[in-house]
Amino acid sequence: MPATSYIHAFGAHLPDRVVTNAELAAQLGCTPEWIESVSGIRERRWAGEETVADLAIGAARDCLQKAGVDASQLGLLIVSSGSAERRFPGPASAVAAALGLNATPVIDLPVASAGSIFGLSLASRLAETYGDVLVIAAEKMSAVIQGAALDQNTAVLFGDGAGAALVSARAGRFEVLDSVLHTDGAFRDDLTLEWGSPLWMKGLTVILQAARKLPAVIEEVLQRQNIAAKDVTQFVMHQANQNLIVRVAKALGVDPSLMFSNVAKYGNTSSASMFIAAAEWEPSAGTVVFAGFGAGFNWGALAARSG
Amino acid sequence: MRDRLLKVLKKVTTEPLNIGDEDSLFESGLLDSFALPDLVSGLEEEFSFKVPDADLNPRKFDSIARIEAYLSEHAKITG
Repeated sequence: MPATSYIHAFGAHLPDRVVTNAELAAQLGCTPEWIESVSGIRERRWAGEETVADLAIGAARDCLQKAGVDASQLGLLIVSSGSAERRFPGPASAVAAALGLNATPVIDLPVASAGSIFGLSLASRLAETYGDVLVIAAEKMSAVIQGAALDQNTAVLFGDGAGAALVSARAGRFEVLDSVLHTDGAFRDDLTLEWGSPLWMKGLTVILQAARKLPAVIEEVLQRQNIAAKDVTQFVMHQANQNLIVRVAKALGVDPSLMFSNVAKYGNTSSASMFIAAAEWEPSAGTVVFAGFGAGFNWGALAARSG
Repeated sequence: MRDRLLKVLKKVTTEPLNIGDEDSLFESGLLDSFALPDLVSGLEEEFSFKVPDADLNPRKFDSIARIEAYLSEHAKITG
């Protein structure tokens, strides 16, 4: 790790509308119980008029308020989204404008699911140069799944929302110890979202790869710091599916209760999910590992220490 | 090899193994997306080898015949 950096706070913003399994099951011809059994999801939020940028702005403000940082202090803004409404500019520009920033650099990361771990890792390495970095992940997956006839295999999984993290070289709540990012483009066609087309997912491949790569990258970042998985206080992962979260715990040889989970309430909010989880999580002292996996395939993990 | 393969398969599915060698384990309902990682891990443990990430393709494990072919090529079969 080239420089010391710290995570000061997490924030989140969720749309008000709750979509229950019962509501979706009625449209899809399945049962609420089946949805919960295959995913661990009981309900999710769907945005109405709110855009990806609107969701991002809500999470940004919540995070800045929790960090006690004024937007004018930011040196860099990173916004990840795999569901942004247009090709360019991405939502980062709209977020910057809403925060009153007119010269602060912004970066869009069109990285679904793993966007938050990629943004968090990059921020931890850029904070010494740029100063305070606000990383946001925002997704409006309801627009994606409602853009075509509802598909039972994907419509039940996804929800809308945004999360954020404030990263700084100034000492703060979590000291970032190390992070690892990877990409394997051989699987780039197995999870895709083309403009004007429905989401395409080879679920078997995605789960098989994620179930292998997530524990491996968590072990990798921990080994670099000579930390055993059993000594980690908490894991906060991309909230894709409760069954996957439990399998990652088993592969690491840790109790599944150490894996923070709120997927039952919000579904899979793609890149936003890890930050939304972190914003709800109540940390205790010790080592925490953040991790994510998604389309690309992109995956990574970051280890931090809470005092 | 067949007996050891079937032993692993029985551990990861709750369904009876009434299936032909060429039949799809997924389409028959014997395996779902979360049983597949368990099957691969079980094969690795039983046959003492590691399936590389590049081979983590469901097609390679879609039937008893395909699994046998994969094991014959990659695993050290000792019994």
